[in-house]
Amino acid sequence: MDIKVALVGNPNTGKSTLFNRLTGLNQKIGNFPGITVDKKTGFMKLANGKGAEIIDLPGTYSLYPKSSDESIVFQVLADSKNDSYPDVIVLVVDASNLKRNMLLYSQVADLGIPMVLALNMIDLSEKQGIQIDLDKLAEKLGVQVVSISARNNIGIDQLKLAITNTNKIATQFQDVDVNSLAPAAINAIKSKLNSDNDYYALQVLHQHEYLKFFTEREQDEIEAIEQSHHFESAKTQAAETILRYKNLSLILSDVVTDSDAAKKFTFSDKLDSILTHKIWGFAIFLLILFVIFNAIFAWSSYPMQWIEAGFGFITEAGHEYLPAGMLTNLVLDGIVAGLGGIFVFIPQIAILFAFISILEDTGYMARVTFMMDKIMSKVGLNGKSVVPMIGGLACAVPSIMAARNIENWKDRMITIMVTPLVSCSARLPVYILIISLIIPSKNILGVFNLQGLALMVMYLVGVIAAVLVAWVMKFLIKTKERSYFIMELPIYRMPRWKNVLYTMYEKSKTFVFEAGKVIIAISIILWVMATFGPGNRFDRIDQKYASALADTTKNTVHIETLIATEKLENSYVGILGHWIEPAIRPLGYDWKIGIGLITSFAAREAFVGTMATIYSVDGGDEDTSTIRTRMSSSVNSRTGLPVYTFATGISLMLFYAFAMQCMSTVAIVYRETKGWKWPVIQLVYMTAMAYFAALIAYQLLK
Amino acid sequence: MKLSNLKVGEKGTILSFTDLDLSVKLMEMGCLPGEVVEVERFAPLGDPMAIRVAGYQLCLRKSEAEVIIINK
Repeated sequence: MDIKVALVGNPNTGKSTLFNRLTGLNQKIGNFPGITVDKKTGFMKLANGKGAEIIDLPGTYSLYPKSSDESIVFQVLADSKNDSYPDVIVLVVDASNLKRNMLLYSQVADLGIPMVLALNMIDLSEKQGIQIDLDKLAEKLGVQVVSISARNNIGIDQLKLAITNTNKIATQFQDVDVNSLAPAAINAIKSKLNSDNDYYALQVLHQHEYLKFFTEREQDEIEAIEQSHHFESAKTQAAETILRYKNLSLILSDVVTDSDAAKKFTFSDKLDSILTHKIWGFAIFLLILFVIFNAIFAWSSYPMQWIEAGFGFITEAGHEYLPAGMLTNLVLDGIVAGLGGIFVFIPQIAILFAFISILEDTGYMARVTFMMDKIMSKVGLNGKSVVPMIGGLACAVPSIMAARNIENWKDRMITIMVTPLVSCSARLPVYILIISLIIPSKNILGVFNLQGLALMVMYLVGVIAAVLVAWVMKFLIKTKERSYFIMELPIYRMPRWKNVLYTMYEKSKTFVFEAGKVIIAISIILWVMATFGPGNRFDRIDQKYASALADTTKNTVHIETLIATEKLENSYVGILGHWIEPAIRPLGYDWKIGIGLITSFAAREAFVGTMATIYSVDGGDEDTSTIRTRMSSSVNSRTGLPVYTFATGISLMLFYAFAMQCMSTVAIVYRETKGWKWPVIQLVYMTAMAYFAALIAYQLLK
Repeated sequence: MKLSNLKVGEKGTILSFTDLDLSVKLMEMGCLPGEVVEVERFAPLGDPMAIRVAGYQLCLRKSEAEVIIINK
């Protein structure tokens, strides 16, 4: 690439829209080390035919970070050896709210990197009666100023031209006397680091702890300078902010003329009086949640069925036409099945993110946070946690991705940690099977079906558990970040449909490529464990049934089912099932259930299919009535008593309610938290919770 | 008086802050001494609140509004 361009700006300035506008689909997502925010880079052609790499830095109101995600902005801009260090900064501001947005400009300008100022949403600000004299502003700042509207594709070519024309040496004026804020300490840092930039030195004093590029010795020396000059970070920041705003007032005084200050917010205000109304506000929000839930639960089931049918067809056709053997089996039953298990999530992810991006884009999501903050903050969650939690009723995977929209790190982590406790649609087949075994289908009080009530109780158990665990984690998770709720309420706007499509595409792609790796790996491991057994056990099973199979006069379907049953019992999964039996016996389970618990890790609903194989049901998981009969008549070989008693059933349902039996969720938590720490904690706490809940239930009820 | 004591529709001018750390964040968001703030609405459950300041709408918890001293 010829040059590197960084987009810097406040949240809600349309920075991401501009990024999409400049790069099209020419983007890739990577990682910044140590933080959870994605590194979005893209490519574009400039006016002179040269190529530029664009990096979209996290939105921030100031260079002083309030979260680890925001700290990346200064880390990139302060370190000329960083891969992302830009040649040109495009500072994006909201033209309709220039003064507040210009604080960040003023800070970034003092770092001495060449920059262009882009006044976004110029059409909107003109409509509001705000006139900005671009030439005068450019003259006063010493940089090129371009007015654009990323949303309506205005001024994009001029912006590209301005980037091309930007000088290699920074031209902006540095009007604020930064040195006066802490002269002695700043001068000491400057001579220590061989820098001639006052503001860089001041920033280093403030936030060197966050800067990874200093060695330990340098950190100690900076700390020593800070101590010896009694540098007071918060006080100096306050003084600097006041100084900068004073200077900005001076600059903007004869640049901005606002003719129509009173009327501009009437539309947003009217909407707010309905959408955040005591009764209507909640009613409308519930309605929206219901539509979202219905969409990911019901609408997505059609494309999901097509995907499942498609992969089923590939597997069947493969088995028919490819030479039979271990490699074919690995490819079809391990890898293709794993891929099917990944792609099947795309409809739910795409649909949930369509809604979320509409809610964010319109400004409604900020109001949700505003309305729900009081309730949710009591249990350690965020107003924005509501959407992932409701989404969790359908599937935890897209919902955990949706937690990305929660700015506060601790709130986001707690949301991610508790969302899988909400009963997802994969638990439904398991609940239905077990309820039909242990709860009689009769009505009480005339209208309430007992089985229906039991199902509802299971859903409530999930939600209550999520809230309780969130409340506990509020005390356990420590953070240095102070929890603020000082947040901009953006004005209402129409959603940008192209952005909605980008989001759907980007989220699906990220899931397939990032979480997909882990899912494929686990899928292959599970396949190997279910397909192979130690020694020559499998050969013996084949020999045992060889003569029966050879007899073509009889129907061989049931014999093949019997072979499958015996092979599963003798596979590594089967052996593992036997092996964990002592551990799960106190929960009321036998080794057959143990096998089901292990195979469920691919996806919870696999429990039903596994039971079909174990109880030698010819029709597989489709034939639920036979599975039910076989299960209810099965007896424990040790005690001679029925396995599926009321106590075992309740115990098993509680286990499924709490246990983290979903490799896709593990994979997405790994991807969203950028490490194995949180998924492992989650796996351990959920399994422990499931085990003890099941244990207590069984011991009390048996 | 404190910003959190204002009722909907009432205005005041920011005088000072009682919490240094919060004041840094608030000033970055445009709540500077001398700025006029107007209470726009309270959330349905009474907290947080939305104010108009520096030409835009800002919301904050009552506990955060308590640190802003204003002159009505």
